[in-house]
Amino acid sequence: MVAKIEVKNLNCYYGSYHAIQNLNLEVEKNEILAIIGPSNSGKTSFMRTLNRMNDLLPDFRMEGKVYLDGLNAYRDIKHSALRRKIGMVFAMPVPLPLSIFDNVAYGPRLHGVTSNSKLKEIVERSLKASYLWEEVKDRLVSPAFCLSGGQQQRLCISRTLAVEPEVILYDEPCSGLDPISTAKVEDAMRELKGKYTQILVTNNVKQAARVSDRTAFFLMGELIEIDQTPLMFTAPRDKRTDDYIAGRFG
Amino acid sequence: MKIDAKLMQRIFFFLMGAATIVIVLPVVIIFLIILINGIQAITPEFIFSLPRQGMRAGGIFPAIIGTLYLTLGTAVFSLPLGILAAIYLTEYSSENWLRRLVEIAIINLAGVPSIVYGLFGLGLFVLFLNLGASILAGSLTLSIMTLPVIITASKEALNAVPKSFREVSYSLGASRWQTVSRIVIPNAIPGIMTGTILGLSRAAGETAPILFTVAAFYLPTLPRSVFDQVMALPYHIFVLSTQVPGVTPKIQYGTILVLVSLVFILNISAALIRARFRKRKLW
Repeated sequence: MVAKIEVKNLNCYYGSYHAIQNLNLEVEKNEILAIIGPSNSGKTSFMRTLNRMNDLLPDFRMEGKVYLDGLNAYRDIKHSALRRKIGMVFAMPVPLPLSIFDNVAYGPRLHGVTSNSKLKEIVERSLKASYLWEEVKDRLVSPAFCLSGGQQQRLCISRTLAVEPEVILYDEPCSGLDPISTAKVEDAMRELKGKYTQILVTNNVKQAARVSDRTAFFLMGELIEIDQTPLMFTAPRDKRTDDYIAGRFG
Repeated sequence: MKIDAKLMQRIFFFLMGAATIVIVLPVVIIFLIILINGIQAITPEFIFSLPRQGMRAGGIFPAIIGTLYLTLGTAVFSLPLGILAAIYLTEYSSENWLRRLVEIAIINLAGVPSIVYGLFGLGLFVLFLNLGASILAGSLTLSIMTLPVIITASKEALNAVPKSFREVSYSLGASRWQTVSRIVIPNAIPGIMTGTILGLSRAAGETAPILFTVAAFYLPTLPRSVFDQVMALPYHIFVLSTQVPGVTPKIQYGTILVLVSLVFILNISAALIRARFRKRKLW
């Protein structure tokens, strides 16, 4: 079986800074893969390489191959089609300066959905999938900025789901959230398991343990090890992984 | 000797307050003098009728109309050009020597003295392109002068739209044009409008650029096409105060009051748009 995402000999540079070094990794379909590691270990760079968000930076350069369903993400698929398939939730919730409804409908509208009834259906389905529907169903027309931080982040997840991606990338999605909001976002992720391939970059080791199937440990731009999450947290093979998980550095 | 910190603070507050008042004072004095001396001249007849007796009596209607046409003409040329250029510079062009060259050109364009624009307009539009002294030639000349203001203001407004909005849009599969047209421009429009109105209000009050390209000394008729000459308020004020003997101060001040009010209305509307938008803006 072909892996959902396959990364081969990936090297990334920002100018002369070597952010990712010779990385090989496979992500299986519909799993939740957590990527942990201290800051500057290349976690976010890695993720932004998958949906080609790094292409927006002028001094970014990459070598190696990224495959999505066996297709070369940098050759066989257009930017927009790739990003539609690989959705992204950013570290800080970024609601667009639009209403709640229009935020979720933004993606579908980009891709040509104009019928109001169809949009309503997509918005409702997406908001339900991220557990936000009950909290906002009576005020879909109010500005998205009026929501709390945790609600905003779940709105961002809904917005990503609305374009029906196959893969969802989370870039430290709970870094600005309180524990209760964090729990709700994690619930949403667990609920989506089985339907989407999810990759979660997190600074929070416990979060990785709570939600992921497999965990990868990055350090200084290198993949140190990757394994089933329970194994990783009980019997890591590399001493550095053990030290990091135990909180001895990072 | 050690100066008490509180005393020091008081001294500096006083200096800063004084500096602020010094800035406000000239504006207030100028406006008051013009208002007091000019207000009696403002009658419907003064505003809506043609000048008589060699501009010593009657109204200033042709000059008002002329200035309105020129401002409108300037907007027609400079708005699309300036806004499109700003969008290209901020959203499309990459960081290279060409873009730096263009940016340096814009800065230098803003520093060119207005009389030079006037002579340039005379050379290019009036003589070379054979447009003659006309609304068209005057508007084009004013447009070139206004462009740097509009481009700079629009660029600032576009750059003020958070980068994260663009990233979100791209991450949902939007193309560059979709991102620019659906996210960037709608959020930059208030800033663009404010900057453009300020640029236009400057154009409305300029004398030197229209001196050789459009302004008529005395033309008691209204223009029939863009190829006609017109009178314009700034030049008319110059004529009234230096070229025609025996014009009463009342008419001189009245004319100035009309021009200043016109420019004030434009500036205040720019400020209102900005204030209104600030209230709505939530990021």
